[in-house]
Order: sequence, then structure tokens, then C-alpha cells
Amino acid sequence: MLADLFISVLFIVYAISVLMGFGTILTWVERKQAAVMADRIGANRAYIRIPGTDVKLVWWGLFHGMADGLKMLVKEDFKPRTYDWYAYAVAPWVVFTPVLLVFAVVPFGGTLTPSQLFAPLAAWFGDKSYPMQIATLDGGLLIIFAFSGMTIIGAMLAGWSSSNKFALLGALRAGSQMISYELVLGLTLLGLILVYGTVNLDEMVRHQSGTVLGFLPAWGIVYQPFAATLFLTAAIAENKRIPFDLPEAESELIAGYYTEYSAMKMGLFMFAEFIEIAIIGALFTTFFLGGYNLPFMNDTGFVFPGGGTAAMPHGAVVVTQMTTFLAKVFLLCSFQILIRWSLPRFRYDQVLTFAWKFLFPLALANLVVTAVVMWALGK
Amino acid sequence: MTKRTFVRKRYWNEPQMGWYEKAYLPEILRGLAITGGVFLRNMAKWMTGKKGALTTYYPEETRWDYARGNRGKHVLVQRPDGSPQCIACNLCATVCPAKVIEIEAAFDPADAAHPKYPAKFEIDYSRCVFCGLCVEACPEDAIRMEKEVPTLPSPDRHVMWLGKEELLGWKPARDAAKPYPGRPATDKDRT
Repeated sequence: MLADLFISVLFIVYAISVLMGFGTILTWVERKQAAVMADRIGANRAYIRIPGTDVKLVWWGLFHGMADGLKMLVKEDFKPRTYDWYAYAVAPWVVFTPVLLVFAVVPFGGTLTPSQLFAPLAAWFGDKSYPMQIATLDGGLLIIFAFSGMTIIGAMLAGWSSSNKFALLGALRAGSQMISYELVLGLTLLGLILVYGTVNLDEMVRHQSGTVLGFLPAWGIVYQPFAATLFLTAAIAENKRIPFDLPEAESELIAGYYTEYSAMKMGLFMFAEFIEIAIIGALFTTFFLGGYNLPFMNDTGFVFPGGGTAAMPHGAVVVTQMTTFLAKVFLLCSFQILIRWSLPRFRYDQVLTFAWKFLFPLALANLVVTAVVMWALGK
Repeated sequence: MTKRTFVRKRYWNEPQMGWYEKAYLPEILRGLAITGGVFLRNMAKWMTGKKGALTTYYPEETRWDYARGNRGKHVLVQRPDGSPQCIACNLCATVCPAKVIEIEAAFDPADAAHPKYPAKFEIDYSRCVFCGLCVEACPEDAIRMEKEVPTLPSPDRHVMWLGKEELLGWKPARDAAKPYPGRPATDKDRT
């Protein structure tokens, strides 16, 4: 019992530190990647001076994240004269918390058997093994939709309680946009549920460790390439980033629904956005890129399409799986940043037209085709 | 009352899009390939130790390609014996639109030809606008401007003063490229 608790706490600490780490590092990655894409150098002036010396550590501008955090902590916490102070204060947390909670059902590794890692642990753990995810739920996918839908409430609350017309307009845009794209997001994943026959994320990943047609890794993107594209598009729109940043379009709405927020409350909105980049990357990895597995890899080692196998010790498997997951998530984050710095913003009517007249029918068609194919294959 | 239907105005330079452009995704991918290509190219330069950006790291690096006529840091011209050619007439300080030049005159009875000389000559570069009027106003050709800018970046504006010692950096008599006193070119030189 105590061992289970220990493992759970370990996983929770790992998950939170991974998310916070991604949130912090992505502020830096975003700046630097945008700079490199534009032939610039990027933020490189924040430094830490070694006390007593003139040595300034710059480290490619990595300390800018710390400088930002410090700035947000010591800035004036502006309080607008609003009639709904409670909603105003609670809104950033309503946006921030569900983003963290989504990660609870995402598997970030295969199975962990502590007794195989360290022999002395066998007395304590027995030969129990734990799937490496915080909550092993059968309805993991449903949990994801439930929580990611909650961020809409936070955005609407923030806009409504700010007593600011720009904020209210931003909140309205956020509401309509996120509700539209939530629908597309759900529809694209229905095809995957048909293929895998489960909504348990861990089982979904296990389904992807085999091969298709003898040589392709059985990743979701191979089964459902169309759904993968639609999912990524809808997910970026969910996250309200350029090209879908209508709710906070600064040239039109100052900062949209968080116009009236300052200091760390504003920082929470920004941080939630950056963590959600990582979450989108994690979800896309889990659904379409084989999760924590390298191609042709499962919990015991590699099974190559030619028939060759390469068994690996348990510790190596665990480390490889966790690293692979982080690497895939990071690459996807980088891809999202590439999109954000390449495409111009949509017009508001174009965003909704795009969702309802383009993505929605395509997602439906994808679902129908998948269903027919699955029926024809007799599964 | 007749019902007026809305007719969208057609512009002469409207983009002509075929089905390929309207399909949206291929063009998006083409754009991403361009920006991603630039990213990878620059990243490869950074990784191999080259500089993948056009920016100059300003205080650490200065540009080498300032124009020859660029008005940068001031130079107090020296006589062959090393004393400043300035006679502390205050014309430059008077004409200066930013009022950045401060001169304190002094008297030297030993030098009969130029008894008045500047004991202090200070320029506040935090306010200097580099207009070059001081150079034009000087009757003695005692102040000039070199093309390099003074590198004084600092968060404190009170440390951006340069005094006589810093400004006397250039001694034309020792500079073969810029012989002094400059003799106006005559017909004899051209032949």
C-alpha cells in the first residue's frame, strides 16, 4: 500500500516537473526559434553574475525565463474596479488547473517494475508493476475532453468579470472558437477509437507498437493521416495561438480576455498557454506517434519487421521510453512554434467558417470512411 | 422599396487562386517548408560555430562598415608637440544644439602664440546628437569626428562623459594616412 502511494507520488512529481519544465523552457525556445527563423540572435542579455567576480553567465539567454518570472512576481497586481471580484480572481486558475490535470491520464512511459530495476527493492514492492501514468483510467480520452473543455469557462469568466469591453469581446470570441474546435477535435479522435477499440490511452499506445503491412510502424498517423492533420489544426485552435489567436488579437483587442490582468495573474494565462503547447504535443504523440515507444519497440525490447528481435534490460527500456516520449513532445512543440511564427492570423469569420465548413465535414467524412472500412474488414 | 442585394466590390489586384491554392493545405506546407528551411540553415550555422544571424552584438562588436563620412566620436586635434589645437573659444559649445560641450579655458603665458587653451574639454555622449555642427563651427580645425562611434553603453547616463584625455586620442602628426597640417591641394600637386 505504502509502495503504491510512493510510486503515485513519484509519478505526480515527475509529471508536474515535466510540465513546468516545458512551460519554462518553451518561453525560451519560442524566442530563440523565432529569432533563428528570422535571421536574428534572440534574447541574450539576461545574465547571472558570479558573486564577487565580473564573470557573467549568459547561457544563450536561458535566464530570460527567470527574469520574466521575477518581473511578473514583483509587478503591480492591478485590480480593476469590477463588480465580480471573486470571478476575476479565480479565472486564471480555472484556465491553468485543467491544463495540468489533462496530463494525469497521458502515459509517459511503459510499465515500471521496481523490483527489476533495483534488486533490493524486491522486498518492498514484490513483483508488482505499475503503468507509467498518474491515473490508469479506462475512460482516459473522455477525461481529456472533459478537462480541456473547462478552460473555456476560465476564459469566459476572465472576459466577463474584467468589466472591459475588449475583454468581453475576446471572451466571446474565445467561447465560440473553442466550442467549434472542440467538436472537430472530438470527431477526429472518434476514428481512432474505432481503429483501436478503446478509450484507454495506455492501451492505445500498446496498439501502436506493432507493424502495419509488415514494415510500417503501426502508429496512428499511418492509420489515420487525415485525422492527424485535422487534430493538430483543431488543437492549435483550441490553444488560441496564431494563426487562431482571435481571442487575444493584440492589434484588435489589446490582449483579449486578459486585458485587465497584470503581474502573476497574467503570467498564469501565459504559462497555461505554454503548458498547453506541451500537452498538445503529448496528446498528439500518444494518439498518432506511437506514444512512448520508438518504432518497432514494445515493453520488452525491439521487434524488427524482418523478424529479428533485440531484448533490452528493463531499466534501459524504461529510460528509452521516457526519453522518447519527451523527445517526441519537444519536436511537436517546436513544430507548433514553427507554425505560430509562419502563418498570419485568420479573420474572425474565416476562423468559424474554417471550423464549420471545412474541418467539420472533413472530420465527419474521415469518420464515415473509417467506419465503413472497419466494417468491411469485419472488426 | 426595392430590396438591394449586397455586391462585393471587385479589386483590380485580387489574388487569382486556382483549386490548388484554395485547397489551403499545400500552400501552408510550402510556407512552413520555407520558414523551416531558414531555421534549419541558420541552426546548422550556429551548430558549426558560425554566426547564423545578421545582427551585430553591439557593445561587444562594432560594425566595420561605417561610412567614411560617418559622424562618430569626437577627436581633439593635436599640434606636433602634443598640445591640443583648441584655443577654448567656446564656439563649438555655443553652436551645439544639445549643449553637451563644456569647456573651461585656462591661460598659459609660456606659449606666446596660443596663450589660451582648454583646461577641461568634456562632452556628454548621453545627449550628443552627432550633428557635426561643432566641427563646422571650429575656426582652428581643432575638433573633428572619426567614423567609429563611442562605445559607452551603460544603464547609467552619468558615466557617458568623455574628457580631454579621451578625446585627444588621435595625433595627426603620427598618422601617416592623415598627414597634418592638411594642406589644401594645389595645381602643383596634381601635376
